[in-house]
Amino acid sequence: MTDESLSSPAVTPVVDIRDLEVSFATDAGAIKAVDRVSLHVNPGEVLAIVGESGSGKTVTAKAILGLLPETATARGAIVLTGAGVSNDVVTLSRKQLRGIRGSQVSMVFQEPSTALNPVYTVGWQIGEALRAHGKYSRAEAKAKAIEILGRVGIPDPETRVNYYPHQFSGGQKQRVVIAQALVLNPGLIVADEPTTALDVTVQAEILDLLRRCRDEFGAAIVLITHNMGVVADLADRVAVMYQGELVEEADVVTLFSSPQADYTKRLLASVPHVGQGSMQTAERASRRDAAWASAAPVVVASQLRIEYPGRFGRSPFVAVDGVSFEIRAGEVLGLVGESGSGKTTIGRAIAGLTRVSGGSLQVLGHEMNGIRERTFKKSRSDIGFVFQDPGSSFNPLLTIADCVAEPLVVHGRARDARGARPRVNELLEAVQLPASYGDRFPHELSGGQRQRASLARALALEPTLLIADEPTSALDVSVQARVLELFASLQKEFGFAALFISHDLAVVDLLADRIAVLYRGKLVEEGTGAQVLGAPQHPYTQRLLASLPVPDPVEQASRREALRALRAAEPA
Amino acid sequence: MSTITTPPSGTGGGAPGSSPEPGSGASTSVSSRPAKPSLFGRLPVVHQLRQSVGLQRGMLVAGLIITAVYVICAVFAQWIAPYGFAQLRDASGPFGSQQPPSPSHIWGTTVGGYDVFSRVIWGAQTALEVMVVAIILSIFVGVFLGLVSGYLGGWLDRVLVVIADAIYAFPSLLLAIVMSIVISGGQSNLYGGILAAAISITVVYIPQYFRVIRSEAVRIKSEAFVESAMVIGASTPRIMFRHVLRNSTRTLPLIFTLNASEAVLTLAGLGFLGFGIEPTAAAEWGYDLNKSLSDVTSGIWWTAIFPGLAIVLSVLGVTLVGESLNDLADPRLRGRRAVAAASGTVAQTSVVPGGPLEGGPGGLAGLEDTEGGDDRDR
Repeated sequence: MTDESLSSPAVTPVVDIRDLEVSFATDAGAIKAVDRVSLHVNPGEVLAIVGESGSGKTVTAKAILGLLPETATARGAIVLTGAGVSNDVVTLSRKQLRGIRGSQVSMVFQEPSTALNPVYTVGWQIGEALRAHGKYSRAEAKAKAIEILGRVGIPDPETRVNYYPHQFSGGQKQRVVIAQALVLNPGLIVADEPTTALDVTVQAEILDLLRRCRDEFGAAIVLITHNMGVVADLADRVAVMYQGELVEEADVVTLFSSPQADYTKRLLASVPHVGQGSMQTAERASRRDAAWASAAPVVVASQLRIEYPGRFGRSPFVAVDGVSFEIRAGEVLGLVGESGSGKTTIGRAIAGLTRVSGGSLQVLGHEMNGIRERTFKKSRSDIGFVFQDPGSSFNPLLTIADCVAEPLVVHGRARDARGARPRVNELLEAVQLPASYGDRFPHELSGGQRQRASLARALALEPTLLIADEPTSALDVSVQARVLELFASLQKEFGFAALFISHDLAVVDLLADRIAVLYRGKLVEEGTGAQVLGAPQHPYTQRLLASLPVPDPVEQASRREALRALRAAEPA
Repeated sequence: MSTITTPPSGTGGGAPGSSPEPGSGASTSVSSRPAKPSLFGRLPVVHQLRQSVGLQRGMLVAGLIITAVYVICAVFAQWIAPYGFAQLRDASGPFGSQQPPSPSHIWGTTVGGYDVFSRVIWGAQTALEVMVVAIILSIFVGVFLGLVSGYLGGWLDRVLVVIADAIYAFPSLLLAIVMSIVISGGQSNLYGGILAAAISITVVYIPQYFRVIRSEAVRIKSEAFVESAMVIGASTPRIMFRHVLRNSTRTLPLIFTLNASEAVLTLAGLGFLGFGIEPTAAAEWGYDLNKSLSDVTSGIWWTAIFPGLAIVLSVLGVTLVGESLNDLADPRLRGRRAVAAASGTVAQTSVVPGGPLEGGPGGLAGLEDTEGGDDRDR
């Protein structure tokens, strides 16, 4: 499906993948992960490979570096051209592979905090790549490391070259990892979800840096991501993979404006946009009667303060500092913030999992500050909780039906799991899972299905309050859209109040009646979706909104300029 | 989400793991879900045996055979052994002391005039009894204490950990000697002797089970499904036994087998040092080895070699099983058959069975129909 106009025969591609097939040996026999994929990347080009988890995108990328695990076998050709030499990675020996890794092709990993060795300085780690590929004295390697750190935007590189990884922030660590990848000036950088572990505001900076890698260093980039916004922001050409096959390949503007394959169309349709939710919010607001506003809220927090005890002799860490908000019956409050802003802590405090250390938090009429578990236990049937990771929130040894029946059994609505089965089947149907799925074990369900079962469990007792802690952040975009849709329809049907915690503004906008923005433990802005996202008042909200990449390359280019202007106006 | 395409069955214990051999009876692919192995196929050791390949399989099979021979000897000692363990004479008169191997005493006789072959066979029975009693006692006490200590935490946890550490600090054999003196007071009839040996071994092994279960409980305590049970309002005992205990016993078979072999060694050590069971009460390899000490220097080999070999082989067999189970339990250590290049099928959803993308935007119809093609079990 290669677009003929794109492949100009005059340029030798940096990497040319032809009919790549990769199979894995597993306990259940051979599984094919990549099925006859042909791709090529020209010098100075950013190729984005998108697809859901399990589509084979990471395996394809790792195959370029010859980093496949021992259980994998590859067939086909991956011709890597650098410094006038062409090599087929599939056939190279280990020693030859070592020679091209770092000098011709290098990698940027997803999680910068684990990609760096904590016991060596960053300067040493950058120098390691140099020493592996040539003779460098210690001073030379350090000088080179300082130079490259400066070029990737680490301030004061002369001092910081001697720092250890823990002394850098997450975004800076990712800069160091990129510096490590760039130091030998390879023709190709493989970036595997380079911004997934980072906050939106930091993500925008790293994307800028990757763009500079291409423009200033002339490196071609293979970008693996599931975030269509990132693709729109950075990529020149996009390859869409699905179930191990390449379903579409086109330049970025064409792909977003006129996708050809069905899968691509569906994928693009399921990406949430900021501003989608305002109509639904208005519709819901119009249906509420006048008495609603004066009724007692389900949750009232005033000057809420939550501290985590510090280690011996250290002051406690303040996770939530003087936050006030309320959730009324049947209302969805979206809580947005980056990692470490205290949003999960608030959710856990409402569910009674974390102690409140100051201020007041009233949940369903109970004051949570200093409450005893015994007093609160009865009210637990009125609270549902959906956890972030659908993989670990189910007991792996119980069937889905047993897990969903658990709240019914605990609160005496059914004698045992078998007695609860009719109700469990109803619940599973409510979340659009076939009743027969109740007999499966959690690992036999996909992430989206598990999250739906998790919703069923949370709704089993028909709670008046549901706390959803990043329920979709571990899911693929296409699955996320489905779960969000379900959440909205269930909320409409059951009418529970909800606290919806997320780091994704677009997701929150889709569901929430009101949005609260948390920044470093403080509530900086609160209002309806239209207020907060339409006309943000606080500079942090403005920056957050501007940093969010939109899945439209043309619009994203203009937003990028706006963000640059915003950053320039703001004193760091 | 950089998920490499390995299905989760690699990590789960009860995952579908039928062997990919042709004609192994896995012909029921008509069913709507990946065919589950039969109950027999999911039994702990059988499951691993089918899963293993190559050297790991060899080790496991060798261990299983040795262990099976040992258990058969122990259970059927009465019929296998030609004489009783304390028998000194038969119809044709006394056996005589230190007789070399002969048709009537195939492995000769000991300095005390017992038949070596019979003593070795009966010794297997004693060793097995001690092993079973010791492990049952230590497993129940250790697992319970570890669970309570790990899940509840607090001062109880600290006290129990200190006690466990203190027991660790003693040389285990010394502790076993002290315990056997305390329990039996130096006397040793059959059950007194076996119980004394078993309980003294128990005391040494409780801390091991305690430690393992405690650390698992501490880990599982912070898993989301335990928190989810808390949010539901489940009581502490319910969470402990329904959610934590069942998930923390994964490594138990491994320690179980490794401790079983150590129990044999400890029992033999006690017997060798003279704290074991009297020869008239039961046959015991350690005791026989002790009595054969002086024989070795005078060229009488048969009294030492056979009890010694019995100890080595029984420990080796059980250890081989334990070590192979250990390797097979870890997907990273587990060997697999190499696959041919570009073989296999693309899994329906490569990450999780039963959940293709059509279950997402495609709607419910896609969700229910795709299972027929879900043939990833082959």
